[in-house]
Amino acid sequence: MTPNPILEARELHTYFPVPQSLFEALMRRPHLSVKAVDGVSFALMRGETLAIVGESGCGKTTIARTLIGLEAKTKGEILFDGKEVALRDGQTAIGLQHLRQRAQMIFQDPYESLNPRATIFDIVAEPLVVHGLAKSERERTAAVATALEDAGLRPAEHYFMRYPYELSGGQRQRVVIASALVLQPELLIADEPVSMLDVSIRAEILNLLRDLRQKRGISVIFITHDLSTVAYFADRIAVMYLGRIVEIGLTREVLRDPQHPYTKALLSVAPAPNPRLRRKRVILQGETPNPINLPNGCRFHPRCPVAFDQCKIKDPQPTVLSKTHQAACLLLEK
Amino acid sequence: MNEKPLLRVRGLTTEFATSEGAVARALEDVSFDVLPGKTVGLVGESGSGKTTTLMALMRLLPASGRITKGKVWFNDTNLLALSEHEMRDYRWKSMAIVFQGAMNALNPVMKVGDQIREAILLHDLMDRSAAEKRVRDLLEMVGIAPARRDQYPHQYSGGMRQRAMIAMALACAPDILFADEPTTALDVMIQAQILQLLKEIQKALGLAVVIVTHDLGVVAEVCDEVVVLYGGKVAEYGSVDRIYNHAQHPYTQRLLESFPDINNPSETLASIPGTPPRLTQLPPGCRFEPRCHVKINRCAEVSPPLLEVEPGHYVACILREGKEANFQ
Repeated sequence: MTPNPILEARELHTYFPVPQSLFEALMRRPHLSVKAVDGVSFALMRGETLAIVGESGCGKTTIARTLIGLEAKTKGEILFDGKEVALRDGQTAIGLQHLRQRAQMIFQDPYESLNPRATIFDIVAEPLVVHGLAKSERERTAAVATALEDAGLRPAEHYFMRYPYELSGGQRQRVVIASALVLQPELLIADEPVSMLDVSIRAEILNLLRDLRQKRGISVIFITHDLSTVAYFADRIAVMYLGRIVEIGLTREVLRDPQHPYTKALLSVAPAPNPRLRRKRVILQGETPNPINLPNGCRFHPRCPVAFDQCKIKDPQPTVLSKTHQAACLLLEK
Repeated sequence: MNEKPLLRVRGLTTEFATSEGAVARALEDVSFDVLPGKTVGLVGESGSGKTTTLMALMRLLPASGRITKGKVWFNDTNLLALSEHEMRDYRWKSMAIVFQGAMNALNPVMKVGDQIREAILLHDLMDRSAAEKRVRDLLEMVGIAPARRDQYPHQYSGGMRQRAMIAMALACAPDILFADEPTTALDVMIQAQILQLLKEIQKALGLAVVIVTHDLGVVAEVCDEVVVLYGGKVAEYGSVDRIYNHAQHPYTQRLLESFPDINNPSETLASIPGTPPRLTQLPPGCRFEPRCHVKINRCAEVSPPLLEVEPGHYVACILREGKEANFQ
C-alpha cells in the first residue's frame, strides 16, 4: 500500500478533566481526568472503510469527535491527507475549517440531529452557506438536489420544502447523510448511523453507505457496537476497550481468527439470527470499568476470562500477527 | 404441545382515539398461546403493536385506548371480563411486566430497595420484616449485592437498573413475566448478561415469559415460539425453529434477510422499501401489500386470513395454502 493514508492518528489521547471542588483544589488533591481515548494509532487508506467497535464508554465516539475537531486532543497527532490537523491552515497543516469541508460526520440520532424548524432544503444547504460555497441560488439548488438524490431521496424537489417531522426515521437519516454529502467530502465519519432505526430500514441505510463508498470512493470510519453490521460493511475492524485499540485487522481476520480475549467474547455474544446456532457464549461479568481509575497492567484483566498474574502488572503492547493484523494481549507476547 | 396454555389470547383488538379524531386500530384479531415455563417472542417494527399487546394483556392501556374485541384467558378466567378491582389481583401476582426503558421506569428519588418493597407491600403479601428479607433475596437473585438496596437509581448502571426492574417484577412471584424490549439500549455484553439472567430465573421459577423486541437475534437466542406482528396484525406465528428456517410470510422472510449475519456476511442486505402503514390509514387488503415483493392484484383487496400451513405454524398470506386457523 504505497498511497498515502487519507487519515492517520498517532498516539492520540483525549482526556476530559474531572471538575474539582474548591475544597479539593485547596487540599491540592491531584487533578483527575477521564481517559476517554488513551493512545490510539491507526491509518485509514483512501476508499477504505474502517469500523471502530466497542461497548459504551470505550471511547469510540470520542475518537470520532476528536478526529473531526469537535473535541480537543490532549496529546498525539492527527494527519489528514498527510497534513497535520490544526486550528488554521499552514504549510504543513490543515485548518479545522478546511478539514470539515473534506471530512463530514453523520450522527447517531436522526430524530435529534435535524433542526425541527428548518426545511429539508435549508438543512442540506446549510453546510454550503457555512463554507461560503455555491453562492448563487442555482448552484445551491443543484448541489442540494444532487445530495438528496445521492442519499436516495428522489425526486429531490419533492423534499425541498418539507420539515423533518413529516419524514420517517429512515428518511431523516437520509437527510442527515445528504447534508454530509453536499460538500462532496472525501471522508465520512458515521457514528452508529443505524442504531436508532428499525431493522428493515437499517439495511437500506447500510446499503446506501456502501454504494456511496463504492461509487465515489469515499473513505468511511464506521462506529458501532454491533459486530454483525460490520461483518458485511467494513474492510477493516478496530476493536476498542477503555480508550485503546485492543485488536485491529482485516474484517475476515478479526471475525474468523480473533486473537484478543475481548474480541472473542464480543463475537460470541453477537446475535445470530438462527435458533439452531445457540452457541456457547463467553459472557463477561461486570461492566466496563470507569476510565478515571484505570486498572493497572492490562486494562482488560479484571474481566478477562484467561487473565494470569502478569496481566495485573504489565500493560500489553500490540503484537504483530500478520501484515494487517495486530492485537495487544500478553498471551500473544509470549 | 399437549400442555394446557397458561395464557390464551384470542382475537384481541384495540382502538385508539387520536387527537385528530381518527381511530387508530393498533391491534386487530391477535391470537396466541403462552405455555407454562416457555418463552414467546413478539417481534415487529415500531408501531406494529408489540407494546400495545402487552399493555392490553395487563389492561394498562392509556385512557385514549380501549379493547374492542377479544378474550384473554388466564387459566380459565377471561381477564377482560373482570372488574378493575378483580383485575388488580392478577396484575403483578399472576402476571408482571418489566417496562421498556429501565432508565426511566424507576423512581429517581426513591431507594431501589424501597421501590421493590413497595410492590410487595402494596399487594399485602407479607409484613414489613418479611418483605425486607424478600427484597434482599430478590436483589441477590438478579445479581445485585443486597448492600446496594439503599442506593438510588442514578447510582446504578443501565444493566443494574434493568436487573432491579426484573427483581421488582418478580416481587409477587408471578406466573408470567412480560418483558418489553428488555435489552434495547444496552450494550451487547450487558444484553447477553440480562438474557442469561432471564433464562436462569425462568428455569429456577418455572416462569412463562413473553418478550417484546425488534431484535431478531434476541428472539433466536431465547424464545420457543414467535409471533411476528405487522401493522397490528399477526403476520406469522409458530415455533422459533420453523419461523427462522421455514418462514412463510414475505415480511418475515425479508426481515430475516435484512438481519446481518456475522457468520455468513452477504454482499448486500435485503431491505424492505417503504415504511410500515399508518394505523389511521390502513390499506384495505393485506397490510404488508404496499411493501411486498411478491404481491398479486388480489392482495390489495382481500385481507388475508391466518392460515395454519402446518401444525402449529400460522401465516397470514393469501399466497400460502392451509386451513383457516381455528384457535380453541
